[in-house]
Amino acid sequence: MIRGIGASEGISIGKVFKYDHIEVIAEKNEVEDTDFEIERFQKGLMKSISDLTGIKDYAEENINSETAAIFEAHIEILKDPEFADQVKSVITNESINGEYGLEKVSRQFVSMFENMDNEYFRERAADIKDVSRRVLMHMKGIKSHDLSEINSEVILAARDLTPSDTAQLNRKWVKGFITDIGGRTSHSAIMARTLEIPAVVGTMTGFDSLEDGEIVILDGIQGLIIQNPDESVLADYQEKIKELEALKTIRAAYIDKPSLTADGLHIEIGANIGSPEDLDGVLSYGAECIGLYRTEFLYMGKKTFPTEDEQFEAYKKVLEGMKDKPVVVRTLDIGGDKELDYMTMEKELNPFLGNRAIRLCLSRKELFLTQLKALLRASLYGNLHIMFPMIATLDELREAKQMIQVAKEELQKKATYEEFEFSYKIGIMVEIPSTAIMASAFAKEVDFFSIGTNDLIQYTFAADRMNENVSYLYQPFNPAILKLVKMVIEAAHTEGKWVGMCGEMAGEPLALPLLIGLGLDEYSMSAPGILRARQQAETIDSNKARDIAQQALQLTSQEDVLALIGGITW
Amino acid sequence: MVSKQVTVVNETGLHARPAANFTKLASAQRCNVYLKKEDKKVNAKSILGILSLAISKGSVIEIITDGEEEKLALTELVDYVNALTD
Repeated sequence: MIRGIGASEGISIGKVFKYDHIEVIAEKNEVEDTDFEIERFQKGLMKSISDLTGIKDYAEENINSETAAIFEAHIEILKDPEFADQVKSVITNESINGEYGLEKVSRQFVSMFENMDNEYFRERAADIKDVSRRVLMHMKGIKSHDLSEINSEVILAARDLTPSDTAQLNRKWVKGFITDIGGRTSHSAIMARTLEIPAVVGTMTGFDSLEDGEIVILDGIQGLIIQNPDESVLADYQEKIKELEALKTIRAAYIDKPSLTADGLHIEIGANIGSPEDLDGVLSYGAECIGLYRTEFLYMGKKTFPTEDEQFEAYKKVLEGMKDKPVVVRTLDIGGDKELDYMTMEKELNPFLGNRAIRLCLSRKELFLTQLKALLRASLYGNLHIMFPMIATLDELREAKQMIQVAKEELQKKATYEEFEFSYKIGIMVEIPSTAIMASAFAKEVDFFSIGTNDLIQYTFAADRMNENVSYLYQPFNPAILKLVKMVIEAAHTEGKWVGMCGEMAGEPLALPLLIGLGLDEYSMSAPGILRARQQAETIDSNKARDIAQQALQLTSQEDVLALIGGITW
Repeated sequence: MVSKQVTVVNETGLHARPAANFTKLASAQRCNVYLKKEDKKVNAKSILGILSLAISKGSVIEIITDGEEEKLALTELVDYVNALTD
């Protein structure tokens, strides 16, 4: 098995086609007629420009304008006065052949850009290599072998694919590709996603261990290439391919649609995320909002607390990425089972009932202020909703809101933010029974609620669901929970506020009709469930759902509720 | 020959799109245009030249124009850099 980075989702099973670049060497020769060498170089340059213009037009027509822009940039390099002039002067001054002059200048630029600490420049280095190689091949009269010549279904394996390689990939035949070099944001990875071809990049030495013509499974989701798959693995993957195909059909039908019930009631279906890197997935699954951005991952796996700027960048990226769609950012939720290596916390007998989340933030104000300042600064870039976790009393909420005020005043001391009106909404997680019970008081002082079912259930039944002996008490469908959910929703609606849910229950197909019936406004789940939920919502009549929810509230056990909803056909 | 020093204030500096557009603007001038950062001076009509200066936020650069309509060109180029926002 070969491991790499899943760069483009999807699975393919097929024959490997190994594609290796021909080594083109620019040997050094001393020459007398340097004018002739310059002319040869000029001709190579002109032929390359004409090639690239053709590829650019092809890309513009058949792929997209971003890809065409890559070749526009290549053409610009070849037309660049600095580049051509340097080659010519090296040829003249050193009395050497055109190939070597080109190679020398190209290397200088490449090494200069590669040494700059910036991804943008490393990409330019790759561009220069790519175009120089093209000119060199023309000067030496080597015909480049052409990926557009592939005429049977293959999985392409290469050490690296240049932008000009990928632009020639024919979707009809190339069912996936594998490269040793690259990451999720490299040219080839982006191209694979554009063309919707499954791809695994960054396999390091995968190319050498693959054999031309062997059958492999390429898993672009997990970033795996499975060689010599046995019957059962093949069967598993064929099943997965079918599921993906089905999902594709759903996606095509639902991706750009709002989430509506059968009778046209709009519900909001969003995604839970842990970092800006999750955005791609979120958008490709058609999320209408981000209902929960867990910020603790910014703090985890590090040696010190993330700085205000670091946090600002992450929040900004998410807010910008979502355009004007709502983004609910939950402030730091650590403590309990989530600890940070670099932060000393007292050992507690009962960490889940201890100093965690908002409690910890209110007892360590500096930590909290840094996050709030970063959030306020980022609010400029999108539709920010700040959400406090584990609120148990109104005093906590008020104190947390007061902290936002302090953060704002601190920022406004700086000239940049002096006149600035920060725009954001404030909400709380409802995950402690006291807060659910007092929801009507809270509703007057927040803009929204989000029900965190995982904790709400644990705290309501006083049972740790990870503890097998009591896990039977984890009962999302128990009328006790449904009643709490109903109280929260009614309290919010009375004040004209909205209610979301971001626990596992929000993405549970069995729960959807009940939650619609209880009047829940927003459903936040892990991104892959979104389209399926949207499809399901379309089958549910909200009036009928309301009746069923009413009936469920009259029942006395989880079994009875499950029996009720299990017996309904939509 | 005229010249003026400017400080680059936008986040990206003169990379990517801002650099490409600066090159285009420089190329549209009739006079020669150079950029100087510390002691390195490059032809500003060359994208590679500009990129090789690695001009980022906070860099102080000197824009030099030389030839026909050099003053007008200088004003235009200085204004372009000052107006950069992304």
